[in-house]
Amino acid sequence: MLELKNIYKYYNPGTVNEMCLFKDFNLTVKEGEFVSVVGSNGSGKTSMLNIICGSIPVESGKIILDGKDITREKEFRRNRRIGRVYQNPALGTCPSMTILENMSLADNKGMKYGLGRGINKGRVDFYRDLLRPLNLGLEDKMHVKVGSLSGGQRQAMALLMSTMTPIEFLILDEHTAALDPKTADIIMELTDKLVKEKHLTTIMVTHNLRYAVEYGNRLLMMHQGEAVIDCAGAEKEALGIDHILAKFNEISIECGN
Amino acid sequence: MDFVITILEQGLIYGILALGVYITYKILDFPDLTADGSFPLGAAVSAALITKGINPYLTLLAAFAAGVVAGICTGLIHVKGKVRDLLSGIIMMTALWTINLRIAGTSNVPLFSKETIFKNSMTEKIFTGGASSYSTLIIVLILAVIAKLLLDFYMNSKSGFLLRAVGDNDKLVTALAKDEGNVKILGLAIANGLIALSGSIFCQEERVFEISMGTGAIVIGLASVIIGTSIFRNLTFVKSTTAVIIGSVLYKACTAVAMRNFEPQDMKFITAALFLIVLLISMERKRKVKTHA
Repeated sequence: MLELKNIYKYYNPGTVNEMCLFKDFNLTVKEGEFVSVVGSNGSGKTSMLNIICGSIPVESGKIILDGKDITREKEFRRNRRIGRVYQNPALGTCPSMTILENMSLADNKGMKYGLGRGINKGRVDFYRDLLRPLNLGLEDKMHVKVGSLSGGQRQAMALLMSTMTPIEFLILDEHTAALDPKTADIIMELTDKLVKEKHLTTIMVTHNLRYAVEYGNRLLMMHQGEAVIDCAGAEKEALGIDHILAKFNEISIECGN
Repeated sequence: MDFVITILEQGLIYGILALGVYITYKILDFPDLTADGSFPLGAAVSAALITKGINPYLTLLAAFAAGVVAGICTGLIHVKGKVRDLLSGIIMMTALWTINLRIAGTSNVPLFSKETIFKNSMTEKIFTGGASSYSTLIIVLILAVIAKLLLDFYMNSKSGFLLRAVGDNDKLVTALAKDEGNVKILGLAIANGLIALSGSIFCQEERVFEISMGTGAIVIGLASVIIGTSIFRNLTFVKSTTAVIIGSVLYKACTAVAMRNFEPQDMKFITAALFLIVLLISMERKRKVKTHA
């Protein structure tokens, strides 16, 4: 279970441009929840993910993961239990290394990176089996550098790599936004499959309202650092795109957009 | 013939320097000017220890260790002090000038009467008669090959994979629950270790330590790396480490041929001009200028 308690986050503190994003922000994500987060630009979606992962510090408040306060824990330490996929497909893989090398790197997460062989030959078939269901032909390109793959192929790899080792949390930061509609659908289906298979607690930020409605069992709409819609279970099932869009417009008018 | 042998000897010695520069420039994408200080650092350590009568082969290890420490310092300044990469190297390079002088005692330490890795009672027994003129080349070749093989082994290890990842995409290293800063420091340590090792071998071959011997080391290293990697870009069966060493020999050959027609004081200008020509010919320039300037 993940808890954000009384989070305060300022940007440019102490300057004339000081902006308060989160003011006493609270959020609890239960184990096994798949939360889709929507909201306009600057509403605090990505900042929330960055705060959870430790990429940016908070002014005050507590981040509690499974009862343990991780507010001061460094980003790389938190990542032992968190997998993250970014909007930019290039951020989830190493372009100058081959598919096999990338998979091997990810496979070793949580363990020591010592002087043992980087590639465990016994695992190659396992990697192929992971790649085969993608139907992208990657299993036959094990020695191809990832840099020469397309964005969709890289994002699929990034998703596989971030969920390969046992993690508890999956953080998806608009991970389909840079892909064409068809590829985005494929990646979204893969995401759903992985989340269900591995019972991952997931937070997904998306600008695609259809995905937000279709996938996940909880929906959050952020606006100016607050959750203006937060519904789960049956309540979310009943929610339609029209309703979300109406709320979205309402917010936008308030802002004068 | 002597001319060719000298080129090969020096090319291979600078090849080890180039291996170090390859790590910082190609793998870490870190413009590390520490090289100009760590190359003479290795030489100073070896010169000082050899003067004290310590086994010259052991001084190679000591030089490597000294370079590792210098690399760690550059890394700490950059990672913990959050100083820009270029400035971190410049700070260490400047500081090392004094440190090298302190270690060596003076700005010039002759080793003519001392035993070195090339001239000692053992090598005199092994290389007799006609073989003696090749002894230096053979020893240098063995050292360069050992350095290359060890680096290859490291690059294929898990730790090496992480090092390759950090220059490519440091976010991925963080995602793998590893501190990217520590990986960078490790890379700088290995790189400067190799550079200092090269300096140590160089001063034993020249049989003298000179405080200014490191000036321009980074240029020689970069030129070797760029020549090597651009020539063998399309030949995947040639490992980058091999390519870099060959690049170093080629660069040395170019400077040596050019120097035949010029005065010794033109050396640095030739070095710079050749480096520029190398950059202009290889397309390396385009990518680097776009992303870094």
